Amino acid sequence: MKIKITGLVVGAVAVLAANAASAGTLENVKQKGFLQCGSNTSLAGFGLPDAQGNWTGLDVDYCRAIAAAIFGDGTKVKFTPLAAKDRFTALQSGEVDVLVRNTTWTISRDTTNGATFQAVNYYDGQGFIVRKSLNVKSALELNGATICVQQGTTTELNLTDYFRANKITYKPVVFAGSDETTKAYDSGRCDAFTTDASGLFAERLKMSKPEDNVVLPEIISKEPLGPAVRQGDEKWTKIVMWTHYAMLTAEELGVTKANVDEMLKSTNPDVKRLLGTEGKFGEGLGLTNDWAYKIIKAVGNYGEAFERNVGQGSQLKIARGINALWSKGGLQYAPPIR
Amino acid sequence: MTMTAPLNSPQVSYVRTASAEALPPPTKTSGAAAWIRDNLFSSVGNTLLTLIGIALAYVVLSAIIPFMFTNATFTGANRDACIATANRPVIGACWAYVATYMNYFVYGSYPIDQRWRVDILYAMFVFGATWMLWLDAPKRGLGALFFFVILPVSAFFLLHGLPAIGLETVTTERWGGMLVTFIVAIVGIVVSLPFGILLALGRRSNLPIVKMFCVLFIEFVRGVPLITVLFAANFMLPLFLPPEWNPDRLLRALVAVALFSSAYMAEVVRAGLQALPKGQYEGADAMGLSYWQGMRLIILPQALKATLPNIVNSNVALFKDTTLVSTVGIFDFVTALQASFKNPEWATSVTSTTGLLFAASFYFVCCFGMSKYANFIEKRLAKADKR
Repeated sequence: MKIKITGLVVGAVAVLAANAASAGTLENVKQKGFLQCGSNTSLAGFGLPDAQGNWTGLDVDYCRAIAAAIFGDGTKVKFTPLAAKDRFTALQSGEVDVLVRNTTWTISRDTTNGATFQAVNYYDGQGFIVRKSLNVKSALELNGATICVQQGTTTELNLTDYFRANKITYKPVVFAGSDETTKAYDSGRCDAFTTDASGLFAERLKMSKPEDNVVLPEIISKEPLGPAVRQGDEKWTKIVMWTHYAMLTAEELGVTKANVDEMLKSTNPDVKRLLGTEGKFGEGLGLTNDWAYKIIKAVGNYGEAFERNVGQGSQLKIARGINALWSKGGLQYAPPIR
Repeated sequence: MTMTAPLNSPQVSYVRTASAEALPPPTKTSGAAAWIRDNLFSSVGNTLLTLIGIALAYVVLSAIIPFMFTNATFTGANRDACIATANRPVIGACWAYVATYMNYFVYGSYPIDQRWRVDILYAMFVFGATWMLWLDAPKRGLGALFFFVILPVSAFFLLHGLPAIGLETVTTERWGGMLVTFIVAIVGIVVSLPFGILLALGRRSNLPIVKMFCVLFIEFVRGVPLITVLFAANFMLPLFLPPEWNPDRLLRALVAVALFSSAYMAEVVRAGLQALPKGQYEGADAMGLSYWQGMRLIILPQALKATLPNIVNSNVALFKDTTLVSTVGIFDFVTALQASFKNPEWATSVTSTTGLLFAASFYFVCCFGMSKYANFIEKRLAKADKR
């Protein structure tokens, strides 16, 4: 029955979303004068209102970057906080122009959900945290352990799969919300606690003695998070995709928010092409040639956005790891701008 | 002793002429000690219950009071102020976090330089509500006009904006916190009472179409959970409407809440209508009053009085149910609170406990206030019965 309803909804979406997507999103956005961005209601480091009510986070900075590429002004963006359940509906119905809401890129979402993904702005994956006193160095040593996990998420499924594949016994203790799960682990109900690795760092801050807990090296699932747009709008898709690549290229070339004005005078042909002092690459996207300059001026390069929101510049202090540039052993790789 | 001497005869050795000083009443039947004995230790069972109660109160208070006051942190710039250190191994509530977030809890993401608009609205609301709730206030008819017509219209323009007179537009995504909680609750309460009365009258009407419509509406709405309607409004509605027709997210929730509270209110009012003896209806007819006159002058005043505790009950429940809008991504007070728990700048082991204590006191003050006011009205209305 559930599948039937889902099928019906998806069918209805496919038919009805067509009218939303038919007009070019870029033209719509330019006409409105701002970008409508679907964000998380609250996820530390990715999309979160601060005490002044301003949105902060890596995903939020991507929205600002896209707005900057179009308008030259990173503030011309409005955020629609979306619950996990209605995020794709909001995208398909045209309520938001782009969904940057720590959404895992999977084949079903990329095909039948009416969304299309093009870039990964954060490679996440499920990990474990344990107390240091347990003296465990690897998740494979967790034989017989009790593990706290949040209910009804793919997290629970990944956990079962991983332990079954490795023939390890464990006892899951399931909770409804992330807060309860963390509190239960912290009070000693479980030996280990599992969720997405980025979440582990955020949850660790809520523990009574954060420094007594350690995140294990194993990552047991692939969660590539990235921005999603509606299917059937190539031009818009490319703008979102190349916004990410421009930020990566800027990091590769050492162009930062602080030195971008100086870099305009650079003689390096790669930098000149990125910042639009040479070539007409922005026009190809339907933007101005200094589109990448505007992005970097507004939010900085990928490394800066990463460190500011989830890395050393934030309380989360997540290491770059696989999110480092390809040249530094990570997975972040941008096709050349030329 | 049958022989008695006259009182003034010298045989009587002593006769008191001045009255004696009054003795205090026996301590066994009055005073604190007697009250305690009568009320707390009057039997073995009561003594046992009292002791258990004292023990429970001690356990709870001895945990809460140090947490809330003596071990609490009142000032600080970020989480470092509220984490346990070697010098401060026991950490209490982190009020510094609530202080930092206070404006966010009250206004949500409403632009900081425009928050005076919300303040004006709060002031207007307090003014209007006092006018309406203070029963001896002058010109209450004018007050009703202000509260039910002027206030909603100016609320819309104040909050949403009116570029023509220089109030820039603030879209509802930026509304949040207690502002949204109050909006949802007040819209629900203010809409539900008139609509609930109409639906209740309709349900008892002799006109078949009116009756059928009211019964269908009430039963349908009561038969579906509010959360389902909220989901449907957010998940299905956008799919069936072109994007430019899409109703605002907050508006969808407001409509859903208003429909819901109206249906529940209708049944509450119907209970009051049914409690009235048939003679009252017949009396109204015999006086030659029209249907509406009879309702307005005779039936409804008695019915609403009889059912007042239930009306307040519904409103208190509605006020707390407003938190359901958080499931569809609207930043009411509780959603704003939960978002603040996630902020790594303030994430500590005591942050969520502190925030929840603050939220509990907020809801308690609001709900207790509502029921106290209702008690006062009930007492005042009951005077008529005592006469």
